[in-house]
Amino acid sequence: MYAFDIERPATIADAIKALSAEEALALAGGQTLIPTLKQRLAAPSRLVSLSAISEMQGVCRADDGSLCIGAGTTHAEVAGGAGAYPALAALAANIGDPAVRNRGTIGGSLANNDPSACYPAAVLGSGALIITSTREIAAEDFFDGMFATALEEGELITEIRFPVPEMAAYMKFEQPASRFALVGAFVAKYADGVRVAITGASEEGVFRWSGAEDALGADFSAAALDGLSLEGAGMITDLHGSGDYRAHLAAVMTKRAVAAAG
Amino acid sequence: MPKDGGIGASSKRREDVRFLTGTGNYTDDINMHGQAHAVFARSNVAHGRIKSIDTSAAEAMEGVLAVFTGEDFAEVGGNPAGWYIESRDGTAMKEPKRPVLAHGKVRHVGDAYAAVIAGTREQAEAAAEAIEADIEDLPAVVNMDRALDGADGFVHDEIGTNEVFDWGWIEDNRAAVDEAIRTAPHVTTMELVNNRCIPNALEPRASLATYNPGSDEYTLHTTSQNPHLTRLLISAFVLGIPENKLTVVAPDVGGGFGSKIYHYGEEALVLAAAKKLKRPVKWTATRSESFMTDAHGRDHETRIELACEKDGTFIAVRTETKANVGAYLSNFATVTPTFLHGTLMAGNYTVPNVYVNVKAVMTNTAPVDAYRGAGRPEATYSLERVIDKAARELGIDPIAIRRKNFVKPDQFPYTTPVALQYDTGDYDALMDKLEEIAEVSGFEARRAESERNGKLRGLGINSYIEACGIAPSNLVGQLGARVGLYDAATVRVNATGNLSVMVGAHSHGQGHETAFAQVVAEMLGIDAGMIDIVHGDSSKIPFGMGTYGSRSLAVCGSAMVRATEKVINKARKIAAHMMEASEADIEFRDGAFSVAGTDKSVAWGEVALKAYIPHDFPLEDIEPGLEETAFYDPANFTYPAGAYACEVEVDPETGKVTVERFAAADDFGNVINPMIVSGQVHGGLAQGIGQALLEGAVYDEDGQLLSASYMDYTMPRADDLPFYDIDHSCQTPCTHNPLGVKGCGEAGAIGSPPAVVNAVVDALQRAGRDVPHIDMPLTPARVWAAMQD
Repeated sequence: MYAFDIERPATIADAIKALSAEEALALAGGQTLIPTLKQRLAAPSRLVSLSAISEMQGVCRADDGSLCIGAGTTHAEVAGGAGAYPALAALAANIGDPAVRNRGTIGGSLANNDPSACYPAAVLGSGALIITSTREIAAEDFFDGMFATALEEGELITEIRFPVPEMAAYMKFEQPASRFALVGAFVAKYADGVRVAITGASEEGVFRWSGAEDALGADFSAAALDGLSLEGAGMITDLHGSGDYRAHLAAVMTKRAVAAAG
Repeated sequence: MPKDGGIGASSKRREDVRFLTGTGNYTDDINMHGQAHAVFARSNVAHGRIKSIDTSAAEAMEGVLAVFTGEDFAEVGGNPAGWYIESRDGTAMKEPKRPVLAHGKVRHVGDAYAAVIAGTREQAEAAAEAIEADIEDLPAVVNMDRALDGADGFVHDEIGTNEVFDWGWIEDNRAAVDEAIRTAPHVTTMELVNNRCIPNALEPRASLATYNPGSDEYTLHTTSQNPHLTRLLISAFVLGIPENKLTVVAPDVGGGFGSKIYHYGEEALVLAAAKKLKRPVKWTATRSESFMTDAHGRDHETRIELACEKDGTFIAVRTETKANVGAYLSNFATVTPTFLHGTLMAGNYTVPNVYVNVKAVMTNTAPVDAYRGAGRPEATYSLERVIDKAARELGIDPIAIRRKNFVKPDQFPYTTPVALQYDTGDYDALMDKLEEIAEVSGFEARRAESERNGKLRGLGINSYIEACGIAPSNLVGQLGARVGLYDAATVRVNATGNLSVMVGAHSHGQGHETAFAQVVAEMLGIDAGMIDIVHGDSSKIPFGMGTYGSRSLAVCGSAMVRATEKVINKARKIAAHMMEASEADIEFRDGAFSVAGTDKSVAWGEVALKAYIPHDFPLEDIEPGLEETAFYDPANFTYPAGAYACEVEVDPETGKVTVERFAAADDFGNVINPMIVSGQVHGGLAQGIGQALLEGAVYDEDGQLLSASYMDYTMPRADDLPFYDIDHSCQTPCTHNPLGVKGCGEAGAIGSPPAVVNAVVDALQRAGRDVPHIDMPLTPARVWAAMQD
């Protein structure tokens, strides 16, 4: 690890100000950034910890019924506090291990946009709204391929707002070593349609499976997905599985999510 | 009634008190006044020519005390292979020099070409990055077939080949085996990969060297399974430091699994640096360094043929194996794929014709050496997989085909066609016990239940035998060993009657401090709490050949028994003197010496005290003091054996395998501490199941290690494993060592991989999928892909 300065502002405004310094990086739960620093793969001169910003913490319900989660809320807190959206709480409860869940935050996960992370599937699968220090970004517009998002330099996610579906479930097939999602499928049924988001599989990061959404919109049952499949081309191939395997798993996990939701 | 002390008692492990309360003392816990830190500059390419290394910028950086490169060690000796192997054509094996730091070329990712010593670790890390190495990329030699062709060049140009040897065992068997296979009614053939594993000891390697210029003495604290062997290698081969000037201490060591048997260049580097700087120098590996530079295990490609009669009677076994030894020959790299592998290829069976061929291949990958089981898992896997396939082809039950061919109890001692003499065993009894504890008769009902849940259930059976208690020096010397494989112990009785027992075997998780004390306590009839086991310090213990090959109790324990017998004999003499009786009339029982037929008695403590207060000793007959040393060289290997059963469920949609049940019936001979033995089996099973389902070191075609962290290298976790059904009540005691013990440390890792793979193949076959084999690790992706073919 290289030497760096660290500060811990108490407000979003102060954090934005601190991040304007040269080579400054935001530190959320640190579940990716700290290992990167330890391997000397990043050398920020200054880290701005977001952990003391109380206005970025916690879970609540908005007047329109959506579930609002502060970007600095840990996975463990979401697991315990998102009871109004059980599929989301269950997803959070199964990220990593207790140490990860007690440090890692939803905002950190989304800003990092690891192609194997769980939260992007929930956000895209719920059509959630990303609130940042400067604007609101629809889920569709937020994710921009592996480890890339619509966030601008110095822009912070402050809150995520999830419309609560009629029913939903997330099914994850774990990569054996990291236990990240080799493939994860998030299925949510809303009054105006069904959303299906797949994480872990595509070289483009999390994506919506529109074929499955249409079929499930007509008939919300696992059987409705019979015969539907995804192409292996464009899916990640690595030592844990081929693109074809991931495409296959996406269909299996989607079916299982539908069965679990129903 | 279970005993609460002595031999056979499940005494709790005394060492666990310090391990579980944070009071252990590991190498990295030790800090010396004035200590400096070493950090290595390591190659990020698999193969490259070092054109120049510019250390000037690094040397000018804050805190930097010295920078070393391979040039500084060009004149010192190489780290040798401990076993000479001759090829089939009578030529000597190729032995390229293994330098302290890479010189001329870098040969694997992680190969160290320079080292920085600085006041702090951070300063050393920064300076190591500032070293400018001009390294010309060379094609990486990774694939073993291409390596043998020389298609990508040579790992060591000076030997002009990547083949270390082409070994046949036994060459005289070859013609008969070929003929038996040619004329056999049935031949089953398999091609198998025994996957490369990374040992992943919990504690990374670490070394701390000190040098006293006043006395010219060195002390090396290091993570070693055999401090004396490390001292010998450094003294006799690498640095030439006289043994009497070098103390090697292996304090608490957090696991080794083979990877800490060997001497590594980092140990020599810190010693040389400590002398140059006249300051203690410490190095502790990062986990990344462990992945890249600890000796890896296994990595065989094998073709095996099993010839049978139609009724399943074995006629012949023939194997051809390519064994990857990596970029340098590690200390046991030549014996592991040969004598620790080929000699076991008859298994538990009366197969009359066996021939084994092994080519050792150098590649631009980390050195490969003995890893828990060392050669024997590879032999067991090949043989037990091909037997399973043969049973299926011949329509014979997998248990029945094994029973049909077992060596029977009345055939011992049994000499195999690959030159081992099994002293004792009862393989049918083990299989009987296995069928009982695995509840084999209930399998069909469990399979039907799995089927109702949409899962494919399979049952995998296998037997194993291993050669442990390594090893008779006379025999191994004839086979090429460059060392003897005896062990040693000193039993020191202190004046107040308690004991310090100095043993050559090092304990790094095995529980020696508890089990060894139980043996001495039993022999002396005193409380085990009066006995301390001292190990790991070359200045305190007489000698030791270390801990590996399930040898500690069988070899070093035997030395301890012999030394304790000597102590008892002397104590008897002292007691006779004290009671003015004839030595022949002295009886020793329950910690007291008595004169037969009288009520005269002296307690153990009184005799011990007398030994050190010899006011009235007849000095011509009895020396003062009570301390004895014994060296023990075994007459034969020991032969633990067992029968294992694994039940798996396969998810046909995802290919994920779940181990539902695992049963292990082992014959370890006599058992000193059943709880410790069970723990050793548990750990071995976890590693074997890990190899079968999860673990795989993967290099890409450029020699980059893809599985270089826990994000991609899958260690077995508790939830990957079932509750085990294990038994070690089938005991045929070893016939040639005083405790009748055989060794238990490696069994689980040897016996479990074929059981797991047999079970998965069984599950798929029962479901009508024609999948004859899947190579380890049986990851979900591989199992799914096999089902698609």
